Amino acid sequence: MTDFTQLGVKDIRDGVAGGDFTAREVAESFNAAVAAAAELNAFIVTTPDHALAAADAVDAKRAKGESLGKMGGVPIGMKDLFATKGVQTTAASHILEGFKPEYESTVSQNLWDAGAGMLGKLNLDQFAMGSSNETSYFGNVNSPWKKEGTNSAMSPGGSSGGSSSAVAARIAPAATGTDTGGSIRQPAAFTGICGIKPTYGRCSRWGVVAFASSLDQAGPMARSVEDCAIMLEAMAGFDPKDATSLQMDVPNWEAALNADLKGKKVGIPKEYRMDGTDQAILDSWEQGKAMLRDAGAEIVDVSLPHTKYALPAYYIIAPAEASSNLARYDGVRYGLRDLPDGAGLQDMYAATRAAGFGDEVKRRVLIGTYVLSAGFYDAYYTQAQKIRTLVAQDFEKAFAECDVILAPTTPTASFPLGSLDADPLTMYLNDVFAVPASLAGLPAMSVPAMLNPDGLPLGLQLVGKPFDEQGVLDAGLAIQQRAGFEAQPEKWW
Amino acid sequence: MSVTREEVAKIASLARIKMGDAELDKMVPELNNILDWVEQLGEVDTSGVEPMTAVIPNSLRLRDDVVDAIPETSGGRRDDVLANAPVAEHGFFGVPKVIE
Repeated sequence: MTDFTQLGVKDIRDGVAGGDFTAREVAESFNAAVAAAAELNAFIVTTPDHALAAADAVDAKRAKGESLGKMGGVPIGMKDLFATKGVQTTAASHILEGFKPEYESTVSQNLWDAGAGMLGKLNLDQFAMGSSNETSYFGNVNSPWKKEGTNSAMSPGGSSGGSSSAVAARIAPAATGTDTGGSIRQPAAFTGICGIKPTYGRCSRWGVVAFASSLDQAGPMARSVEDCAIMLEAMAGFDPKDATSLQMDVPNWEAALNADLKGKKVGIPKEYRMDGTDQAILDSWEQGKAMLRDAGAEIVDVSLPHTKYALPAYYIIAPAEASSNLARYDGVRYGLRDLPDGAGLQDMYAATRAAGFGDEVKRRVLIGTYVLSAGFYDAYYTQAQKIRTLVAQDFEKAFAECDVILAPTTPTASFPLGSLDADPLTMYLNDVFAVPASLAGLPAMSVPAMLNPDGLPLGLQLVGKPFDEQGVLDAGLAIQQRAGFEAQPEKWW
Repeated sequence: MSVTREEVAKIASLARIKMGDAELDKMVPELNNILDWVEQLGEVDTSGVEPMTAVIPNSLRLRDDVVDAIPETSGGRRDDVLANAPVAEHGFFGVPKVIE
């Protein structure tokens, strides 16, 4: 009998369509796997009935000979940052605990329309602020991976850590993620899976709990490049409800996948060779170059001179937008209300927000409030937005000389939960390679490259020109075919 | 540039987040670490550089001038809007008394 949990998006879709098995059998297998994996803490709520209902609908369509959709019969995990009608949506915060949206986000609706079902809402860093999944109100997410010879709980990355953990543990064939400054790519790299952040505007932000609106983008996380291409097609598309949605057709990325890179130039940015980067990461980068050369590409050196300023600029821009976006949590319209005896409206706001936000969220809201305050706005916020322009121009110049950029996804492999607690800054440095593409709104992907000497996965990052998800996916596929990354975490949960 | 304890208390008050003494004591050095680190942005010569306003060139669309063109973002959904309110009365959000 087939172990359905070993199947990815494409295999499930094609198997259901071809009548090899039913969508219900698949949903039941994954529901059981989710129920047996509580120790990972990947889900905040599970929704087995949703998965079964969607599967039954697909099976019924097949019986009638109707088309099943791009994701027909595939049960997925939904990051708990997407509003799902009637299903608690928390952004992993206490302030939204119990919030059941009266509407469905565009991206999740697109996936249900494409025949997917929902296994549950996935844990994440609170309001997507974090790189280790330690800021959730609902507890840390455990990576299914362990450092060889140790038993410490490892970080699945963040903020889409529930997503990465679930996909790597084979309790979901795929999951949605969101990426503001690396939140799809870094967790994908930490857990040996693929994840792509498309060009800003490809996926609607309507119904996605806002963190930093000029950066937030949804994308798929799955076990192969093909699966990411399929799921991104289902998620993306113009949405009149999002003013920054791209009014462009969604290409047929899956059908056009092509790992032959003859005539393509791959840029290697010299500024990404930073002090403190693990030797194994540098080795994987060298291997990545060799793989792409083998696929027919020419490797060229490029320069992104403002790289070192991208991360500090991000830590002004993202908190500034967050402080504004999170002003809506006031104890009036939804979520938590903390009303001390005899308190007035202003005291209620302050008490509600003190009780409802975690430490990292408070830290970022305060930074954002400060950099936007009178007298400091130009020195911090305007300067950061100018640097954002320079970072984007660096990419523009580099893409005059190459088609796609290859770099590591992260400066290190996963680390034990709790090990970077002491200093928020050390945690921020995790995203040093991921943030520049976010600031420039570019499509970027992480694909697994190899295991490091500790037996932990390492990812390689591909960054493309605006709207060129195809170029990113194609180069990702070339690496996937040559890296032959088949490693799976040993089941301990 | 660094911030004092009084300044952090002021920022917290502007952000409407109540903070006790212990929390403020912990927050001051953390914020100063982050602010010291972002200080390096001052090294970059940005004269003549326009601050970014849109990351991907995109123009603002006009929608058709039709009432309730998109049902999800249109009117007539009072009960949906109030469904998650901590306190809702008579079709309104309920808040503590604002006017003495």
